[in-house]
Amino acid sequence: MFAEFLQYLVTGVTIGAIYALVALGFSIIFNASHVINFAQGEFVMLGGMSAVFLLASGIPLPAAVLLAVLCGAVLGIALYKLGIAPARHSDPIPLIIITIGAGLALRGIAQIVWGKGFHSLPAFSGNEPIGLLGAVIMPQSLWVVGTTCVVVALLAYFFNRTRLGKAILATSYNRDAAQLMGINTDMIMIVSFALAGLLGAVAGAVVAPITFTYYEIGVMLGLKGFVAAVLGGLGSFPGAVAGGLVLGVTEAMMAGYISSHYKDAVAFVLILLILFFMPTGMFGKQSAERV
Amino acid sequence: MSDGNDSLGAPAALTGTSARLAESSSLLARLLSARQGGFALLLATVLLAPLFMDGLYHYDLAVLIGINAIIVIGLNLLVGYAGQISLGHAGFFGLGAYTSAILTARYDWPGLLALAASAAFVGLVAFIVAKPILRLRGYYLAMATLGLGMIIYLVLTSESWLTGGPDGMDVPPLVVFGRPVMGEQTWYWIVAMILLLTYWLALNLIDSPVGRALRAVHGSEIAAATAGVDATGYKVLIFVVSSALAAAMGGLYAFYSGFITPSSAGFLHSIHFVVMVVFGGMASIVGSLVGAIVLTLLPQMLTVFADYDALVYGLILMLVMIFMPKGLVPTLASWLRRSR
Amino acid sequence: MLKKLAASVLLGSLVSAPAVAADKEPIRIGTFVSATGPASFLGDPQAKTLQLFIEQINQKGGVLGRPLQLIHYDDQGQAEQARTLARRLIAQDKADVLIAGSTTGAIMAAVPLIERTEIPLITMAGAVVVVEPVKKWVFKTPETDRMAAEKIFADMKRRGISKIGLISGTGGFGASGRKESLAVVGNYGIEVVADETYAPSDTDMSAQLTRIRNTPGVQAILNFDFGQAPAIVTRNYASLGIKQPLYQSHGVASNAFLELAGSAAEGVRLPVSPILVAKLLPENDRQKGPAMAYGEAYEKRFGEWPSAFGAYAYDALMLMTDAIERAGSLDRVKIRDAIEATKNFHGATGNFNMSPEDHMGLSLESSFRMVEVRNGTWKLLED
Repeated sequence: MFAEFLQYLVTGVTIGAIYALVALGFSIIFNASHVINFAQGEFVMLGGMSAVFLLASGIPLPAAVLLAVLCGAVLGIALYKLGIAPARHSDPIPLIIITIGAGLALRGIAQIVWGKGFHSLPAFSGNEPIGLLGAVIMPQSLWVVGTTCVVVALLAYFFNRTRLGKAILATSYNRDAAQLMGINTDMIMIVSFALAGLLGAVAGAVVAPITFTYYEIGVMLGLKGFVAAVLGGLGSFPGAVAGGLVLGVTEAMMAGYISSHYKDAVAFVLILLILFFMPTGMFGKQSAERV
Repeated sequence: MSDGNDSLGAPAALTGTSARLAESSSLLARLLSARQGGFALLLATVLLAPLFMDGLYHYDLAVLIGINAIIVIGLNLLVGYAGQISLGHAGFFGLGAYTSAILTARYDWPGLLALAASAAFVGLVAFIVAKPILRLRGYYLAMATLGLGMIIYLVLTSESWLTGGPDGMDVPPLVVFGRPVMGEQTWYWIVAMILLLTYWLALNLIDSPVGRALRAVHGSEIAAATAGVDATGYKVLIFVVSSALAAAMGGLYAFYSGFITPSSAGFLHSIHFVVMVVFGGMASIVGSLVGAIVLTLLPQMLTVFADYDALVYGLILMLVMIFMPKGLVPTLASWLRRSR
Repeated sequence: MLKKLAASVLLGSLVSAPAVAADKEPIRIGTFVSATGPASFLGDPQAKTLQLFIEQINQKGGVLGRPLQLIHYDDQGQAEQARTLARRLIAQDKADVLIAGSTTGAIMAAVPLIERTEIPLITMAGAVVVVEPVKKWVFKTPETDRMAAEKIFADMKRRGISKIGLISGTGGFGASGRKESLAVVGNYGIEVVADETYAPSDTDMSAQLTRIRNTPGVQAILNFDFGQAPAIVTRNYASLGIKQPLYQSHGVASNAFLELAGSAAEGVRLPVSPILVAKLLPENDRQKGPAMAYGEAYEKRFGEWPSAFGAYAYDALMLMTDAIERAGSLDRVKIRDAIEATKNFHGATGNFNMSPEDHMGLSLESSFRMVEVRNGTWKLLED
């Protein structure tokens, strides 16, 4: 009985960590620019796919993963420079459509360059399952959760202790005031998008050994990550992590105890319920509207 | 931003010197106004288009464009005028399509009755969820509508005893007065009539007190409320109307196509509708028409690019939104105005 | 520079004219497959197969002395798109016949139109519903999912298995497979005691597998799905250390599954189309010849051995051209009648015997071979 519960928990926390990473990417970009980046899932796809192909071209696994993550950061910057910056004075909705177009274009490029098949990345430290109190944990799951923890800790340090990080937070609270204080908002945007791309790529590379990767993997992951971000309150970093974990674990429990048929529905029913009682998400900022 | 007349570029008020000048200018204004001139243009296009159509494939495209245009006009009222975001509109479309299909295929209801029932049923669903959903703002509203659409999609996919499951179900043809409505050409005229009607009604709505109330709500809900506008009431009204319209068109599409699948209620389909609204121009009914035409034809035209079509489609979306963020029609209209 | 380019293009087009006289009206074969989207696994090899072999047929002189012209589109795995493309092929591109449809959803959307237009169609879609009830103008090449289930249950019965757990994807293939399995399982004295599902995009099925394992009496597990999800199921199954044997469906009958599932696939049994194990087939196997011919040509051009899905398109093309030759003209009614009259046609995926009641034409014996994964590769099990 307990073993079963633990098994579901392990599954839930693993996938929840991935949702958390994707949700963090959404929140970071949202804080910087008030844009919902519908191409966030494609960063995840890129992380996994490029790691696979770097490895296949002879680069050892650790280096391949690192390079893939860097590619993610570069892609984030490219998205900002080519897609968002030229339209920076527009309303949010056209910007969202731009990110939708960017996501489509990225999927199109991926399918041409890498084909449409599924690809696997070898597990970072082997496939020997670890038994724990009757449940079975794959070592890669530990990598996923461990990497997420490290990333979150680094981000916390970055935002709370470094000048650049604090500048980004300041911009998200009040952009005009931040600019008046001499913060270069263009630099803020570049860093934010690079961070989001990096986070996505990390998620993609670390989860590819478990889920396989292919050119369309970003679509559903991006959507669920978006749900997780809103669940936790759009723009809140602790909220993104909490939202991701809550979503992952609830899905796994639903599939385990009730019905696997409606597992995908969990995300969306959950969001409707939460928003009904907490209209700005779990940790969302209560915004005041100026009339 | 929506300007009062939603005109194609004519000046709103005139301070002409001579009566004759004023008279001919007002004729010009009427010609260029969306309501009369635009309607006349649409009527002419609908009547003359068959002369240029070469084969049933073109009629098929025209029917699809028409159906999309009607839905997008309804969505635009919600998004562009009332300022609400909906990322789940295809859910209503799919729900309407399946209700009509199930009532006629499994329970032998007469087609038109099934159609009316689906519109009513979906309208009711929209009414029930409207109040709690429309309390939300911005992206939270977007998320809630997205969630609603996805739940509808998942129910349609899972309850295969009723819906035929992910592989979809057959839909018997619409039977009116004992005769089946079949064929691309017949449907072309039906959809054209509904489009003209919707266009006319939408424009009248915008210029009516209801329309002004909607725009007030869009501008600032609190300010509108202090001016005595029942903001919530109007938001719910337009939400229900646009959902019921989408449902009715879903039902018609089901009868036309003879087959429906749950993907008609899916997230990607919802995004297509929103893109059509934004692409053509929010708060521009003419823009909705243009958005529907361009974005229905585009995938067909891009087949020549074979494997590159997704890439090209994505790039086109990006470029148009970067250079024409207000949408095609408002941007072109402002270019015309500036060049005068 | 531009003039040189134009000249070389012109010369190039002259040089690549087919062996058949270029002034003969080509036979237009219309096709749409899911080259992109969730079923690109199926559609991509099908598109490549059609292009390659139409080229080969043209080099040998075409059909009825006329070249074949392929007009192809991608339905992206979307049913509505399929219907529009069918309309386009018929009305705009003036296709003479259709060889189309990678997925059941897509082709069923186009079927009403095809029946109304009265154009012969051979499809590569798998579910039973395509030919049951029989539609006058619709024929298919793949074995049905019901046949795959029957092959699996026959093998289980031989091993003395009487209680199984079923785990399937909620996509079209998985859902149909599950339905057909449940319909015929009783005929083999087997009972399904656990019935789990997962969404095609799911990344971890440990929860469902744990529930199956904990159901008392389960002697074997059957996973019915295609794509990457069964590979995940297989991996989860191995890491959970489940002892009961695992069966897969023909949806994973490709080398890609072996790559993705890795060592976890050891011992998994499934029914596969002859093409996959063509090299292992005995010489007197009636599918060996056509399967080897197809496989070797495909491998030479595209660098990898084809999967069953590509073979469906190959058989469809061969059946169609054979029927056109027998009909002796492009009259659609004659072609349709010729397809229906196909007898003892040795294809790469089985022997076809069509009839007015059977528009698939395959028998259980000829269309599947039971295999087990050993040492990372397929091993043929003797019948």
